[in-house]
Amino acid sequence: MALKAIVGEKVAMSQVWVNDKVVPVTVLRVEPARIVQVKTTERDGYTALQVTYGQKDAKKLPKPEAGHFATAGVQPGRRLVELRLDSVDGFEVGQEISVDTLAEGEKVDVTAVSRGKGFAGGMKRHNFAGQGASHGNHKHHRAPGSIGSCSFPGRVFKGLKMAGHMGHEQVTTLNLEVVQADTERNLLLVKGSVPGPNGGVVIVRNAVKGGKKGAA
Amino acid sequence: MKSTDLVDNQYLRTDIPAFAAGDEVKVHVKVVEGNKERVQVFQGNVIRRQGSGVAETYTVRKVSYGVGVERTFPLHTPSVAKVEVVKRGDVRRAKLYYLRDRSGKAAKIREKREF
Repeated sequence: MALKAIVGEKVAMSQVWVNDKVVPVTVLRVEPARIVQVKTTERDGYTALQVTYGQKDAKKLPKPEAGHFATAGVQPGRRLVELRLDSVDGFEVGQEISVDTLAEGEKVDVTAVSRGKGFAGGMKRHNFAGQGASHGNHKHHRAPGSIGSCSFPGRVFKGLKMAGHMGHEQVTTLNLEVVQADTERNLLLVKGSVPGPNGGVVIVRNAVKGGKKGAA
Repeated sequence: MKSTDLVDNQYLRTDIPAFAAGDEVKVHVKVVEGNKERVQVFQGNVIRRQGSGVAETYTVRKVSYGVGVERTFPLHTPSVAKVEVVKRGDVRRAKLYYLRDRSGKAAKIREKREF
């Protein structure tokens, strides 16, 4: 699991120049996160930090949430997000985590909820090839084809790739490079694309896979 | 205003003159050979401008030894030392792809006359 993590919002994609070369980047707005609760193995069975970021009018909070913030003595934020970490030693309630926990050149993993695609057919959802446009084909151009055998086994196997709901699921993009971590403007620039729509919540953690390059 | 303006604005160049499709320009390209850097001039007609903001690009076409050569440059790239406008062209389109099918006098662009 991760050693450090931070929560942010996806702003949009853009490009920057590094050594006269264009680098495609995703701009993430990473506001300082305030720790609301520290979850420990003894108490909760796992280690994580519950954080909030941004500002929210305390009067507009549901009562249980307002109480939760009040107990912690932390100013209410827009959202409560949990960051799973290997160890929560050295973290305490009220502490702030800002974008400078990540440095330029570091490899990170970015987790977000992907854009929902609705009910999608096999071609879009599983990259099926579809069928011919001509040669007598009639109204079966994007159909999946056969989904099984005959009276043996007499059923369709579980988990068979078929049409269905696509997207709106948690996706993690691994080993993206941090191009810039801007503490002044609370921006994080990562190379390449990040799941989810603009404005979506993303969790950035140090890369957990990827061998030599990914090792932080 | 675009949401990424905060990041983009610092990369925008203000020293690029205004030019449009049909203009003849000299693009001074920085070329790095080994550890030496020199400037190479690419002169030709602008046949398109495309994109916006930090991602805007333009394409310059010239005919070199009878062979058409097109190069596309990002407008704000730091690897272009400078852009000079040689001639203003009088054209009726924004994209001059028809020049690719023409040669000799037919591929000539009339110069814009200011009154």
